[in-house]
Amino acid sequence: MSFELSYELLVGLLVLTAAAWSVAARDTYSATVGFVSYGLLIAIMWMQLQAFDVALAEVAIGSGLTGLLLLSAAARLRAAEARVTSRPPVMLRIVAALACTAVSVSIAATVLRLPESAPSLAGAAVGALPATGLGNPVNGVLMAFRAFDTLLEKVVLVLSLVGVWSLAPEPGWSGRPRLLHPFADDGVLRFLARTLPPIGLLFGAHLMWNGADEPGGAFQGATVLAAMWLLVLMAGLGEAPRIRERWLRVAVVAGPMTFITVGLAGIGVAGAFLAYPEPHAKSLILFVELPMMLTIALVLALLVAGPPEPTAGP
Amino acid sequence: MSPTTLFGLCGAALVGIGLYGLLTDSRLLRKIIAFNLVGSGVFLLFGVIARRGAAAELFGDPVPQALVITGIVVAFSATALAVALLLRLHEAGGGATFDTPADEAGVKRPDP
Amino acid sequence: MSALVDLFTVAAVSAGILFFLAGVVGLLRFPDALTRLHALTKADNVGLGLIVAGLLPQASSLLEALKLVLVWLTVLLAGATVGQLIARVARRAGTRT
Repeated sequence: MSFELSYELLVGLLVLTAAAWSVAARDTYSATVGFVSYGLLIAIMWMQLQAFDVALAEVAIGSGLTGLLLLSAAARLRAAEARVTSRPPVMLRIVAALACTAVSVSIAATVLRLPESAPSLAGAAVGALPATGLGNPVNGVLMAFRAFDTLLEKVVLVLSLVGVWSLAPEPGWSGRPRLLHPFADDGVLRFLARTLPPIGLLFGAHLMWNGADEPGGAFQGATVLAAMWLLVLMAGLGEAPRIRERWLRVAVVAGPMTFITVGLAGIGVAGAFLAYPEPHAKSLILFVELPMMLTIALVLALLVAGPPEPTAGP
Repeated sequence: MSPTTLFGLCGAALVGIGLYGLLTDSRLLRKIIAFNLVGSGVFLLFGVIARRGAAAELFGDPVPQALVITGIVVAFSATALAVALLLRLHEAGGGATFDTPADEAGVKRPDP
Repeated sequence: MSALVDLFTVAAVSAGILFFLAGVVGLLRFPDALTRLHALTKADNVGLGLIVAGLLPQASSLLEALKLVLVWLTVLLAGATVGQLIARVARRAGTRT
């Protein structure tokens, strides 16, 4: 067995162990910690698959932000979950295990029988890449060839934020989201929340700017920005805005609106919705990406922060 | 066996593990975590297909990779919405599962 | 000369990995949260520092080398803070493991 294969076998075993732990652990808080480590481990898998953009997205969103969301939910639900003692009967669990094994085995059989000459759009994507002025084919696909998907994904983000906000009780609409901050008065966390954001802002901008030619991009950059803002909020150095604020609502839709405007202009200038006129493709893509990054950062952070809660005072 | 196939098998196993958690755990937050595992297993299968489609001096097909990135963001939005629903259910007196425990029933009702 | 530089890289990275190994052993074997943290943070900081130091001569440009150092400094900052926070929780919760 080659070194490479044994390394990958090890990574695979670790990933499966972390996954099994996050299902089997008795305490949900531990299960969530398992899920976060699972996210980090699976990013190593993505690196091995040479998908660096996906690895970055997985670490930042799949492990980092989802982890924060789940951890704070687990902390809030701890008491209620402790009261849950009933487990499904053994028979039912055995049937479920058999059914799940059957699903896994049939997927595995499909994996083993994938056609030998794998279909690929890599050639087409790389061939058309010079027209976009970008050097990173994944970003070319995201921003140009399948821009419609990316646009709709922004809409999904905004819609789920609307969904989360609409869960607020009536008085909450004049309030602001409140994160759990167990260390709000802690000097050490405050120090981190003052020191790290400048580095984080630079890194987020770097990821987005570099994404044109190297792994990275607006999503990954935006997640870093969102994380920095959440750190400041959790350290108690700032408060989330009231969701009534007009600037906030404008900022939430600014990204998709810019995208749609540029897309509609494409009908007149380049002959199709979301088409870019060739000499300006790259500058237009950057023009769309900048407001999009700010919107994504804002929406991601607000999704983690949860529905607004009624606040005392005006 | 090639490493790519190995990861494909891992993806298949992840779907099974996640599905089991989804079916057998009554705690809703655990169901959300398990569902994320299923999703992540499916993404991994996409990654394997992308890696197999390596061509044109690339190490992988960028189209499935871009789809996975979009998928990760959408999965996060869905998770955030699910967690918000769960916390609201909890606040409204629904506990941490769909079952209403006898001692909790009728103690607190959602605001009209 | 280049062989000497490579030798330095191998030595420093191996030493770094050894520190990580020691940290993991400490994490698994030590009795309570505070001692485990002690093992882990020392190993992280020194281990990663050694690995970064070993990789520095391999960097292709000054900018790349600076990025490596920045990675180390950021991990130091985050590790120190998180270590403090975990220790506080552990102390608040008593000597529960």
